[in-house]
Amino acid sequence: MADVLKRVPVREQDPAVRAHNFDEVCLGYNKEEAMEEASRCLHCKNAKCVQGCPVSINIPDFVAAVKEGEFEKAYQVIGQSSALPAVCGRVCPQENQCEGKCIRGIKGEPVSIGKLERFVADWAKENGIKPETAKVKNGKKVAVIGAGPAGLTCAGDLAKLGYEVKIFEALHKAGGVLAYGIPEFRLPKSKVVDAEVENVKSLGVEIETNVIIGKSITVDELLTEEGYDAVFIGSGAGLPMFMGIPGETANGVMSANEFLTRNNLMKAYLDEYDTPIRKGQKVAVVGGGNVAMDAARTALRLGAEVHVIYRRSEAELPARAEEVHHAKEEGIIFDLLTNPKEILVDENGWVKGIRCIRMELGEPDASGRRRPVEVPGSVFDIDVDTVIMSLGTSPNPLISSTTYGLDVNKRKCIIADEETGKTTKDGVYAGGDAVTGAATVILAMGAGKAAAKGIHEYLSNK
Amino acid sequence: MYKILKKEVLAENIYSMVVEAPRVAKHCEPGQFIIAKVDETAERIPLTICDYDRAAGTIRIVFMPIGASTLKMKDLQEGDAFEDFVGPLGRPSDLIEEPIEELKNKKILFIAGGVGTAPVYPQVKWLHEHGVEADAIIGAKTKDLVILEKEFKEVCNLYVTTDDGSYGRTGMVTKCLEDLVKEGKHYDHCVAIGPMIMMKFVCKLTKELGIPTIVSMNPIMVDGTGMCGACRVMVGDEVKFACVDGPEFDGHLIDFDQAMQRQAMYRTEEGRAKLAFLEGETHHGGCGHCGGDK
Repeated sequence: MADVLKRVPVREQDPAVRAHNFDEVCLGYNKEEAMEEASRCLHCKNAKCVQGCPVSINIPDFVAAVKEGEFEKAYQVIGQSSALPAVCGRVCPQENQCEGKCIRGIKGEPVSIGKLERFVADWAKENGIKPETAKVKNGKKVAVIGAGPAGLTCAGDLAKLGYEVKIFEALHKAGGVLAYGIPEFRLPKSKVVDAEVENVKSLGVEIETNVIIGKSITVDELLTEEGYDAVFIGSGAGLPMFMGIPGETANGVMSANEFLTRNNLMKAYLDEYDTPIRKGQKVAVVGGGNVAMDAARTALRLGAEVHVIYRRSEAELPARAEEVHHAKEEGIIFDLLTNPKEILVDENGWVKGIRCIRMELGEPDASGRRRPVEVPGSVFDIDVDTVIMSLGTSPNPLISSTTYGLDVNKRKCIIADEETGKTTKDGVYAGGDAVTGAATVILAMGAGKAAAKGIHEYLSNK
Repeated sequence: MYKILKKEVLAENIYSMVVEAPRVAKHCEPGQFIIAKVDETAERIPLTICDYDRAAGTIRIVFMPIGASTLKMKDLQEGDAFEDFVGPLGRPSDLIEEPIEELKNKKILFIAGGVGTAPVYPQVKWLHEHGVEADAIIGAKTKDLVILEKEFKEVCNLYVTTDDGSYGRTGMVTKCLEDLVKEGKHYDHCVAIGPMIMMKFVCKLTKELGIPTIVSMNPIMVDGTGMCGACRVMVGDEVKFACVDGPEFDGHLIDFDQAMQRQAMYRTEEGRAKLAFLEGETHHGGCGHCGGDK
């Protein structure tokens, strides 16, 4: 009998092997492993895990179904709350959400809810199970802007309620950050992302790519000329930030967004694609979030020695613990308590190094984290030929500046009610990074879900 | 899919296509660009709009194949389609925001070089349609490379100059401008679009002549909506994104040397893709980049 305090371990690709390929790192549970792990669930009456889930999946019910081997039932339970289970099972920060609240976790290790969700979603795909569709259409039309996590979730929920939903996507492919941002080795594109998008389409949702709202057509035109009853804006994070240090426009300096988009959306790592990418021999990734980890691990797989440069210490790294752990296993070098001062440029305008200064942690700042301060006289250089800036993004003004009556806050994020997604403009709802600034896939999904509910209430009373 | 209704060869290695793209045609203005993608494995290619027909729902683009994806593009025929065609992107030209009466009081000069002649056309045409007659210089290396001459003649007062003197005036566009000024012409405003090196030298000259000059930048780009930041351009001491802040900027503030350097960023990688495309299965290395020797 296995130790109930311990999780059933999940199989992973060997770090030495995976550092050279783009195949998925985590291999997931098989049936037996999933059923055994599910049997660890205490099936709490007042389940804390559900409270920890931004989309309130009925976790005890789906886990119970897995335990009994009733995987299709488990899939439909998850489907009531989540449009993208195969994605969430892979990229949600479960340690801070469902699993962080798991009662099993008090004495031992929490139930691997994320890995179980992933198993159920993958099983459903392999067995051709689709989510349940709406029985009757209600004749009302909703336009959704952006085919990322927020938009797909909102669209899926509304379609299940009987709405005619069309998603407008600016890029040539649906998925948003799932397609352009998160790498193949963490979230396989054709196996997982495309399949989830197909599931949303199977609910009756239409997706039109290559439409930039605010340019190809405005929100006001959607509401008037194209006859939509409501609009949801889930347009995502926006413009990448740079540090404003000397040398930043040199050749070989790019945003993590550019680097990841070239590799993930435009598939630069595959020979048959025309997309060029700067591979680099020695790469510095500046920043400590999940995007920085993704960029670092991608650069490593393209063949570079990679340094992550972060100004605080390991405890403050905003990236998920699992990502940092995986990055270290693969051989990423962490230069912590280090901050770039200048990018060194050769006579031809290419990056030749990065000048940094050592930092130490001082008093806590507004975020509650100890503020990093420079250690005087500790400047040093690292030889690199490529620098990837992963410092977050600032909101894209394309939609807010072209939509009459849509207000933004001081940070230029769209103002929207957290409970309903309602904006300052009648009939227009918003959620995800466009509202909160860069956050996580699941929070965007939660916002998409809340907005679907808000839109449903609004249109039901109209 | 975005169907190609008309394809023409304007000059050696310069192609024109009229593409069905009703959403773009309905909203585009002079100065804006589109991004076209031939198929799944192709790059996203940004191209400034050459002409548009709102009623027909079409966009005209003009391009010169240089990399693997633009080579694929030129092989498309009438009746074929682009897999992706998105726009309009970027800000419209500032000219069209100005009151017409003010524009009529200004003497405006357009300087177009090579394939850059195409994006100048919608601006000149727009002014003509609003009763403003501008001057334009089209510059090309030689007679055979002069494009859109007929279209320009219908909408402005045109000067053509060729480097080798085989047609029109002799010399580069900068010489033509100098000569026109010597001949007594006066200009209040200049728009120069063409190769980066041409725009650099036009701006150097117009600065001396005291003519405010707008240029259209066409840097490396991926998404074209502000997401990637690849199109960073130094304008004065500010970093601007050509896709959302441009593509048109005050030419006297642009750091052209840096812009040219940045344009070359992916040259070796693009060269590799181009060789692989041209030589197909027969490409077995030797380019030094593809690893085909190993």
